Amino acid sequence: MMRALTNRLVILIPYVWLLFFFLLPFLIVLRISLSDLEYGAPPYTPQFSFSDGWSVIWEKLSALDFENFSFLASDSLYINSYLSSLQIALVSTFLTLLLGFPLAYGMARAPDGVRPILLMLVILPFWTSFLIRVYAWIGILKQEGLLNQLLLWLGVIDAPLEILSTNKAVYIGIVYSYLPFMVLPIYSTLEKLDESLVEAARDLGCTRIGAFWKVTARLAVPGIMAGCLLVFIPAVGEFVIPDLLGGSGTLMIGKTLWTEFFNNSDWTVASAIAIILLIVLVVPIVWFQNAQAKATEAGG
Amino acid sequence: MIRSKMLLATVAAIATMAVTADAQDRVVNIYNWSDYIDESILEEFTEETGIKVVYDVFDSNEVLETKLLAGSTGYDIVVPTGTFLANQIKAGVFQKLDKSKLPNLENMDPAISERLEKYDPGNEYAINYMWGTTGLGINVDMVKERLGEDAVLNTWDLMFDKETADKLADCGIFMLDAPTETIPATLNYLGMDPDLKTQEGYDAAKEKLSEIRPDIRKFHSSEYINALANGDICMAMGWSGDILQARDRAAEADAGVTVEYIIPKEGALMWFDNMAIPSDAQHVEEAHEFLNYIMRPEVMAKASNYVYYANGNAASKEFLAEDVIGDPAIYPSDETIDRLYTVSPENAREKRMLNRTWTAVKSGQ
Repeated sequence: MMRALTNRLVILIPYVWLLFFFLLPFLIVLRISLSDLEYGAPPYTPQFSFSDGWSVIWEKLSALDFENFSFLASDSLYINSYLSSLQIALVSTFLTLLLGFPLAYGMARAPDGVRPILLMLVILPFWTSFLIRVYAWIGILKQEGLLNQLLLWLGVIDAPLEILSTNKAVYIGIVYSYLPFMVLPIYSTLEKLDESLVEAARDLGCTRIGAFWKVTARLAVPGIMAGCLLVFIPAVGEFVIPDLLGGSGTLMIGKTLWTEFFNNSDWTVASAIAIILLIVLVVPIVWFQNAQAKATEAGG
Repeated sequence: MIRSKMLLATVAAIATMAVTADAQDRVVNIYNWSDYIDESILEEFTEETGIKVVYDVFDSNEVLETKLLAGSTGYDIVVPTGTFLANQIKAGVFQKLDKSKLPNLENMDPAISERLEKYDPGNEYAINYMWGTTGLGINVDMVKERLGEDAVLNTWDLMFDKETADKLADCGIFMLDAPTETIPATLNYLGMDPDLKTQEGYDAAKEKLSEIRPDIRKFHSSEYINALANGDICMAMGWSGDILQARDRAAEADAGVTVEYIIPKEGALMWFDNMAIPSDAQHVEEAHEFLNYIMRPEVMAKASNYVYYANGNAASKEFLAEDVIGDPAIYPSDETIDRLYTVSPENAREKRMLNRTWTAVKSGQ
């Protein structure tokens, strides 16, 4: 009896967490996105209050004009920001995977004694503030920075490369910053992988590469997926990296949102942008989870 | 003045003597621009009054405004620029000053207070702290090398005339990333009212700025100080005190870089940074005491001598260092002052048009 109660409480914790740290903030942002802009403190007039009672709220909701959302459609800046963010996030996720998988594979294959050290090395950068690590890249990538000096010294290039303040620097920043989030989940699936399965495949006549593709890579898919989502989702809304490393031509939704919030003091449009961003991200995640659940059912 | 000193900068809380105050302790929480005071002023204030100063810094008017509009900042004194101050007064985030507690108001310069009335009618909510201009900082040798030994330098042509800007592009031009300053400067150059806030005005400014956009290496509001001082760039549109800082750093380094601050003959923006008390301030009494203290002539002079900006305190002039009061870049001549213009605050719609124009200039979107 007691145990059943404890079990239930344990299950309850993530729901309570979601309620307070996701659903409630979401509702607050949603309410601001439906409000009217007004210069004051706070700079908006709500259209309804949560204490109104459901019927009143419903009535007021159906009378809304969603002008902040239709405003986003009226200017190509916003749609271009979303698209460019998605593109930058997709490409960087792919690059991170390209770099992260071999790393994780190598780590998982390393001798038992070395593994904890390698794992430590992946986690080590977190000991320094994220902001400082991104700042450090300014010193590396700028015209007279370390990278250009090295390449000039080696004679690879004749004139310094222009990397900082372009999208290239943004890609480098995202791949660097999020690499551990790709490596760790892939490593944890590969580490648990039963070596005898690969051996069995080899015994049954599979080539080395074939066994890698058909067994190791297949079984690592959950880790790869987790890693890709962990990189892709924060990368779409990234603000610090494009702001510090990108140029004025770098268009990302995080920067556009910042401009709305700080420069235009327009919390209502900023909230509408955030809501759309959330939808853009949540829909594919839910779809992916459903697809995965179905696959497990079919497979199991 | 929008100093985007590193956007997400470590808004370093320089908590001077930030000891956790117990209930009886008298405290004043001040939120000022970074590098904008001689810190010994704060120590001396505490010594004399026993009021602890918790001093915190910000880097852009936008960040300050967002905090003020969100409410409950916990600050007792903040320092917004005039145009922002005006909107914030309308939004009701400040309280009226109790002038009976500010006898040192008599030291203030009536000419500056009058200019400030544009933002704060009747000077009811704020006192001027510092004021300055937005002009051009140039590397004299590099510019002359490209434009000729006797080129006219005191003109916005350096930045806005396409042909001239083309010649300077290779040695590096920076522009402030602050539309409230760059757009009025452009309109002024075009011979239009710098305070024009219509779509037509913004479109005209956009056209002009887009024309010279390829010549501009970077839009940034603080990097130009070091870039000018190191000789990495040859020109920047920037704030007077910042460029004078660059001039001094270059002189100290003694590496053959000569930086000069120019108030162009076509005119330049004059701005005012002011101290005000938020309406939800917890230590109103202490805030007034601090304002009264800072308005003492010797104290205000000490601040100006340190930050190289002019102040709005007439009585402080006799205590100013010779290289401050005697420098026309800090205290311009009357003739130059006549050429300076001020701008009024934008309403929400104008603000949006202004920022949208700026995004279009910078990103081509």
